[in-house]
Amino acid sequence: MFGRGKNIQQSLTKTRTSFFGKIASLFVARTIDEGTWEELEELLIQADMGVATTVELVEWLRAESERRHARTPDDLNNLLKERLVALLTEKKRTYLEGERRLNVVLVVGVNGSGKTTSIAKLARYHRNRGDRVLLAAGDTFRAAAIDQLKIWAERAEVDIIAHQPGADPGAVVYDAIRAADSRHANVLIIDTAGRLHTQYNLMQELVKVRSVAQKQVHRAPHETLLVLDATTGQNALTQAKEFLNAVQITGCVLAKLDGTAKGGMAFAVSRELGLPIQFVGTGETIEDWAEFDPQAYVDGLFE
Amino acid sequence: MFESLSDKLQSVFENLSRKGALTEADVNVALREVRLALLEADVNFKVVKEFVDRVRQRAVGSDVLQSLTPAQQVIKIVNEELVATLGEPSKLNLGGVAPHVLMLVGLQGSGKTTMAAKLALSLRKSGQRPLLVAADTRRPAAITQLEVLGRQIDVPVHAEGTAPTPPDICARAVQRAKEGAYNIVILDTSGRLHIDDELMRELEQIKAKVKPAEVLLVADAMTGQDAVQVAEQFHQRVGLTGLILTKVDGDARGGAALSIRAVTGVPIKFLGVGEKTNALEPFHPDRLASRILGMGDMLTLIEKAEATFDQEQARKMERKLRTASFTLEDFQDQLQQVKRMGPISQLLEMIPGLGAVSKQISPETTDRQMKRIEAMIGSMTREERRHPGVINASRKRRIAKGSGTSVQEINQLLRQFQEMQRMMKQVASGKGRGLLNNLLR
Repeated sequence: MFGRGKNIQQSLTKTRTSFFGKIASLFVARTIDEGTWEELEELLIQADMGVATTVELVEWLRAESERRHARTPDDLNNLLKERLVALLTEKKRTYLEGERRLNVVLVVGVNGSGKTTSIAKLARYHRNRGDRVLLAAGDTFRAAAIDQLKIWAERAEVDIIAHQPGADPGAVVYDAIRAADSRHANVLIIDTAGRLHTQYNLMQELVKVRSVAQKQVHRAPHETLLVLDATTGQNALTQAKEFLNAVQITGCVLAKLDGTAKGGMAFAVSRELGLPIQFVGTGETIEDWAEFDPQAYVDGLFE
Repeated sequence: MFESLSDKLQSVFENLSRKGALTEADVNVALREVRLALLEADVNFKVVKEFVDRVRQRAVGSDVLQSLTPAQQVIKIVNEELVATLGEPSKLNLGGVAPHVLMLVGLQGSGKTTMAAKLALSLRKSGQRPLLVAADTRRPAAITQLEVLGRQIDVPVHAEGTAPTPPDICARAVQRAKEGAYNIVILDTSGRLHIDDELMRELEQIKAKVKPAEVLLVADAMTGQDAVQVAEQFHQRVGLTGLILTKVDGDARGGAALSIRAVTGVPIKFLGVGEKTNALEPFHPDRLASRILGMGDMLTLIEKAEATFDQEQARKMERKLRTASFTLEDFQDQLQQVKRMGPISQLLEMIPGLGAVSKQISPETTDRQMKRIEAMIGSMTREERRHPGVINASRKRRIAKGSGTSVQEINQLLRQFQEMQRMMKQVASGKGRGLLNNLLR
């Protein structure tokens, strides 16, 4: 779908052989006994699904296999797969649904989660779809963050509005929206400084950035994406909750899915907060980016 | 979101006798809770298994001390074992012939560049002569970032652009350190995946060329189960000598530290606790242990308060309290200071036993109430703040209008304030001296 980019299946190969491969072989190899369930629980935990999600999944699978008299490993395999896809699909929403002249996408996240790289890939994605894209360098805090985004803008072949380091991010957004108007851009992507969700003042700053966008463009931001690092554990859920409270995020990006981390917290975020995963980052180049497809994701894990 | 482990264990043990030795059945029930607490803290499940087995061996048959409940006894053993596993704090190895090379390695976004600057600043302040090396030629503007940070903290940065290979850059930087009398060289390497063979080989080459005194893995405190694989791979390829845990100022419980420590055995050297270049902390095993167990962290709370509260202002406040001349103006200052420490709910979570309470207090309600109080005080004249006695009905109406509140709310605030003043007078008159001293120490 995205030319040279690694696809989600490829990037999950390692995950598959190391983790879900084990689940599959677990079902195939033996008859089902208490040890099977316990091992299954451990394997789900190992994927960062979290204790609560894991317990719920295993209990559900036990009940369901009973109800449907599913006794063969293949049946169980399909049941679990179905369930995982359902958890991810339930709350799925179309990205940037509806027609409007200017789409404003605000991108937020904790430090080092992969915001800037994800923005570059997202910009490229829009450009490949024929959109006129403009970036706003809203991270005026971290040293050289503006330079970093400028380099990415060049690689993605999109325009960028930037102020000086230390400038007010609200002012950057204001200018960027004006510029988007006069240049007839139809997608404006706003970068923001990484911040831990526990930092009150920085979260308030984010609220302000959002309200600047809100005042300039009708119903903006039209998407507020939280970038989650796939290697993050249970804290991802807390992050999502806090960012949801502060700036009403509408979806997540699962970055760094090309490692051995399984990104299992995506399930917890979907399940508890109803936030869809919209995109996944699958590598270091600008094309390593894909729309999130629950079926493909879970299929990839199980193949 | 976490019910404190001690609360859980307390309820598990409610029906058990409070004396005698712990039986295996008691311990197994308790250890199930311990296991869940550790898993919720992102400790790797294999590490959890081994850890729980060790605790079981120690706990079964151990006598319950008279002063302790069975729950406390298990917690005590868990805590001791956890502290022992986390190990003693360890200093940087600066022995041997200078320049000493410190090599920072880790995944993308773990915080290497920021940590390099923090280490450099702390070393410079302790009288060393560090040289920072921009060996990250892959991430766009990583070199510029290190250069900017270097200027901020007044430490020179060795950079050669993105064309030369990182091993060559590092080798030349060490040469420059020798010639320029720098005694410490800090290498900021590119973030990389532990399974990226080519890039891991690059690290091996750097190590072979510069023979670092320390190879430090920089790891994010929020890392999940994968921490074990990451640490194992890095350790296998480049032989780690220490661990630095970053973003500890967040609310992740930091179980990754235990996982990494368990699989590599390398000591934890520092914690990164903020974005500013001075936000570097030594590691305290006992504090990290309570944090991983979700048992509150009073010491961190106290330190946070000390760091945020202006010392000068605190002394002034103390005088005011003693002389009972505390005014609404001072109250306003105090509110501001508390707000700087972070959301109320988060502060409450750090107090042992209050974890559950903090869940019931909606942060928005608290913050909204604080805002209203601030607005009310903000709408008073200076005279009114200093002498609330002058606030009559017409003044109340004006303040209510100005702050968008009601006269009832103003009355409530004034009543609360009077109550506070009365308490303070009591305290200052000697009745609660000890309490006051404790609060202000």
